[in-house]
Amino acid sequence: MNHRTVAVLAATVFSSVALAGCGGSSDDSSSGPVNLTYWAWAPGMDEVVALWNDANPDIQVTVKKQASGDDLVTKTITAAKAGNAPDLMQAEYQALPTLVSNDVLADISDQVAGAEDAFAPGLWQQVTLGTDAVYALPQDSGPLMFYYRADLFEEYGLTVPTTWDEFADTARALKETEPGKVLTTFSANDAGLFAGLAQQAGAQWWTTEGEQWKVAIDDEATGRVADFWGGLVAEGVIDNQPMYTPAWNNALNTGEQLAWVSAVWAPGTLTTAAPDTAGKWAMAPLPQWNAGENVTGSWGGSTTAVTNDARDKDAAAAFATWLNTDPEALTALVRAGGIYPAATAAQSGEALAEAPEFFANQPDFYVTAAEIAEGTAPAAWGPNTNVAYATFNDAFGEAARTRGDFRAALTTMQRATADDMTGHGFQVIE
Amino acid sequence: MRKHRAAHGAPRRAPYLFLLPAGLLFALFFALPIGYAGYLSLRKIEVKGLGLGSGARSEVWAGFSNYTDALTDPVLLDGALRVLVYGLIVVPLMLGLALLFALMLDSDRVRGRAFTRLAIFLPYAVPGVIAALLWGFLYLPSVSPLHYTLDALGLPQPDLLSGGALYVALSNIAVWGGTGFNMIVIYTALRAIPAEVYEAARLDGCSQWQIAWRIKIPMVAPSLVLTFFFSVIATLQVFNEPTTLRPLTNSLSTTWSPMMKVYQDAFVAGDIHSGAATAVIIAVVTFALSFGFLRLAGARTRREENR
Repeated sequence: MNHRTVAVLAATVFSSVALAGCGGSSDDSSSGPVNLTYWAWAPGMDEVVALWNDANPDIQVTVKKQASGDDLVTKTITAAKAGNAPDLMQAEYQALPTLVSNDVLADISDQVAGAEDAFAPGLWQQVTLGTDAVYALPQDSGPLMFYYRADLFEEYGLTVPTTWDEFADTARALKETEPGKVLTTFSANDAGLFAGLAQQAGAQWWTTEGEQWKVAIDDEATGRVADFWGGLVAEGVIDNQPMYTPAWNNALNTGEQLAWVSAVWAPGTLTTAAPDTAGKWAMAPLPQWNAGENVTGSWGGSTTAVTNDARDKDAAAAFATWLNTDPEALTALVRAGGIYPAATAAQSGEALAEAPEFFANQPDFYVTAAEIAEGTAPAAWGPNTNVAYATFNDAFGEAARTRGDFRAALTTMQRATADDMTGHGFQVIE
Repeated sequence: MRKHRAAHGAPRRAPYLFLLPAGLLFALFFALPIGYAGYLSLRKIEVKGLGLGSGARSEVWAGFSNYTDALTDPVLLDGALRVLVYGLIVVPLMLGLALLFALMLDSDRVRGRAFTRLAIFLPYAVPGVIAALLWGFLYLPSVSPLHYTLDALGLPQPDLLSGGALYVALSNIAVWGGTGFNMIVIYTALRAIPAEVYEAARLDGCSQWQIAWRIKIPMVAPSLVLTFFFSVIATLQVFNEPTTLRPLTNSLSTTWSPMMKVYQDAFVAGDIHSGAATAVIIAVVTFALSFGFLRLAGARTRREENR
């Protein structure tokens, strides 16, 4: 337990003692303050919650770092089966249908009425799953962008691509002038990026029609994305090795790879992966399928959800609303946690006035980012996103290794996902 | 008479009383979880409609359908075959080296015995995940000092993370980590051989080679059986090394070994029931293989004793 947690716990204890001491003045003094447990992994969340606890002595929130990402989903589902789920939890967008399907999340549409306007429609749709219910509030988002080595682009006379056709031309031009270098790599070890690229092209992987799920991972839009990257890999103008490896770090740090299609949180990753290249990178909008458009997909990002086990759903929803829409809370979240807020107003807030340190050469970093984020395409997640993601790793890993058929890998992904759903009794149409 | 009966009754209760703590712990932390896994493997989740909201998911009896699904799944069979190849490399190599090192340490002429023993044993103290991370670094061509040296010498640089070389790369981690432990087991058995046996052998004119081959190895056969037994079980359950190396290469799938498949099913796909069924299958195969081997080894020993 670190000092911060101790401090929060101590604050919780003291405030409840204080409240009990002056009991009688408030109506429900006999029951004391509402105590909420919040399972989250965002760094610095304790500090943000401390702000809430100071201002709201009758609703005290305790943050517990149980696990992160998918591990937290598994833990919470298990806890919910035993009736012990926390009151609030942090969940990534793509995990929401899985959680709802396991009956973990409460519908808080009544409690958060009016919050919808604070967020981009593409994000809001992901927390409603396209229904009338609201299962979570968006916390942060990861709009996709194009990161490139500005110095090397200039040195090799490359232009920053605005369309995917130009992106392919840039990759070819680089290979011709500098055979030892590549523009980027197609990595098969994180399906989140591929999903984001498919969203940009207009893919809707899971949708509902009446009581049936429509699974369309191999739809035309995704097929186009698969063909595009598969073509570049087969041509040999981009690399086929996974990212997030020591080799990848080295390639970025030495300028062997010149660009990275990534999300708004990329500066943090680049700081550790390519420390020698600070100030040499620049960020531009993601290349478009149709020139002149402003569409992007998302990679990552999470929400705050209230569970069915929450003893006081109103109090929990009130906290979730404050955390994700209140300017003070969002400023604290950005400062302490380094997140990119989902709430539109906060994207141009004071906390994001300065560019990240790694991009000090691009002072308008967050202004550009906010413009890009406006064009965030909706994403449609299903109850077995994890199965689709795991199949992506295997099928596209194999296709990338052999520089083979990406369309076939996409079909494998569709088959595995649809079959898994049918096997569990879902009504699936393809 | 009465006195007599009491004296008879009391000692009969006592053994059970002493067994109680062990029995209780066995039941709580061994039998119960295994039984629960068996129970889970016979259940499945059934979804109604969109599967969203309360009451949309229910747990029902599945009979043996999880088992038939697992056994007819080519992914599991492929994984088992890969582990077989991996085991054929790891087990003979690791035990061969362990025996060789143990014999060398046991020979009279060796110097710096304590240091060497520790040096060979030390990798065993490195946790499997850390070891795999370290070796992963050495396998990646662009950051590996090995490839750097080969490059400087103008020699070809093998890609250790794809194709057949991948088995060598994975086996290497297991051999590096496991040889020390097995060597200690065999070495301890060697030290327990009475000095008179050697004395008699030398009087009969045995060379060092003959002593090793005809006396030492047959006399440590029980510990060779034991280390083989442990190695086979460890091989069947291989998980850490391929899981840790997987993000580094396109050649390792998420279901490379059967254990990885169990993990995928239970904790990634969230289907604890099919994961449990696969786990039970792996346990049964491990049990059959290892006890089949023990019986075989036991029968052989008895035959030799009868001769």
